[in-house]
Amino acid sequence: MLSRRIIPCLDVRDGKLTKGVKFKDNVDIGDPVETARHYYEEGADEIVFYDITASSEGRGIFLDVVERVASQIFIPFSVGGGLSTVADMRAVLLAGAEKCSVNSGAVKNPGIISEGAAAFGAQCVVLGMDVKRVPKSAQIPSGFEVVIHGGRKYTGMDALAWARRAESLGAGEICLNSIDADGTKDGYDLELTRLVSESVRIPVIASGGAGNPQHMADAFTKGKASAALIASIVHYGEYSIRQIKEHIAGQGVPMRMVW
Amino acid sequence: MLAILDYKAGNQTSVRRALDHLGIENRITADSAVLEQADGIIFPGVGAAGQAMRELASRGLDAKLRELVASHKPLLGICVGCQILLDHCEENDTTTLGIIPGQCRLFNPAWTEEDGSSIRIPHMGWNRVTLKADCPLFKDIPAGAEFYFVHSYYPAPDPEYVIGETRYGETFCSVHGRPGLWAVQFHPEKSGTPGLTLLRNFHDYCLEARNA
Repeated sequence: MLSRRIIPCLDVRDGKLTKGVKFKDNVDIGDPVETARHYYEEGADEIVFYDITASSEGRGIFLDVVERVASQIFIPFSVGGGLSTVADMRAVLLAGAEKCSVNSGAVKNPGIISEGAAAFGAQCVVLGMDVKRVPKSAQIPSGFEVVIHGGRKYTGMDALAWARRAESLGAGEICLNSIDADGTKDGYDLELTRLVSESVRIPVIASGGAGNPQHMADAFTKGKASAALIASIVHYGEYSIRQIKEHIAGQGVPMRMVW
Repeated sequence: MLAILDYKAGNQTSVRRALDHLGIENRITADSAVLEQADGIIFPGVGAAGQAMRELASRGLDAKLRELVASHKPLLGICVGCQILLDHCEENDTTTLGIIPGQCRLFNPAWTEEDGSSIRIPHMGWNRVTLKADCPLFKDIPAGAEFYFVHSYYPAPDPEYVIGETRYGETFCSVHGRPGLWAVQFHPEKSGTPGLTLLRNFHDYCLEARNA
């Protein structure tokens, strides 16, 4: 049976982690490569790097980070943040990433999904979606609207319709981030996760709101997610990945426990 | 030295990074002389079977691979490199290398996992391999280890070639071959320590075969 995946997410700016990362042991705080290696050794099933660099100089530093990660970490990792052309995608894949995540770039130009899938295979293209709860309407029948620019801009697109469209365009996976739940540590938006998971046949990664291992277990059992993204609860050393996985596996959810 | 077959349809660089990490000398090559000189060949691949076959044929590598296998050069196929060793692939109805008898089939979307959910395609993520026959590639790999898979088609070789199986809705063959000629559907170069161990075991086998 396919294991559900636990995926730590690292935000990188100018080659450094932006949120401070504190472990119980001596990981060099702020170095994305060392941090990624720590999670790799701890049993992370995949790693996501999100580049929030604005400058082209920072972009080059980021590609160097990707290359260093690829030479030390032998699990899949994906890269997102600011990818808006097939050339952007090619650069991160050549640097050693398995997958690239497109978000607002795909909202502005959905063709990037099909072009990326044609060039590199659907498995390389992850659609990142930021979603907010809104009143149900004719335009947004699910009550979940796709937003961009960190939630500041509404797109007028229903999240379920966008998920299905991305799937038909060739996305291999959807990373679904609830802006409402993000940062609350109150748990994932399980209703949103379940609705999107049941609307598509590609894997859905739940994101936003994880505060404890039970939240992740719920994302799998109630939200029907294939994977769960985590950040602060591992970055600050509250839980190790093994502790999280043991908790989830204890509820009968298939987890990779030997590495 | 291990040769990583270069046919512009693969994950050559991630295989190279894994071998570099293990300290195993390797070359990404499409050169027949280098392939002959190598202690063993890794045949990687991602993408579509048809495209892979066209690339191989355009470089004469299809015939070369058959010849090398016939001369008992150790070979490890990965993912698409595992699938196209068979006779035929359902993906665009493609005739493949025919080095190992069997077919490559599309996952049936009607299959359901043990919890009742329909399988999602591609099969993407970590899953177990249950060995059906002894295989030196799995030496020192603990029971319960998982490997990273990304694929929509699965190998279905003749039963005598099945070495390992994986469950995804139903059971499919995830490792096939015979001594010295192996094919794995998962990506050992992306499967953490168990995958690296498998690659090292393949290299060890190649050195023993060379010195035998």
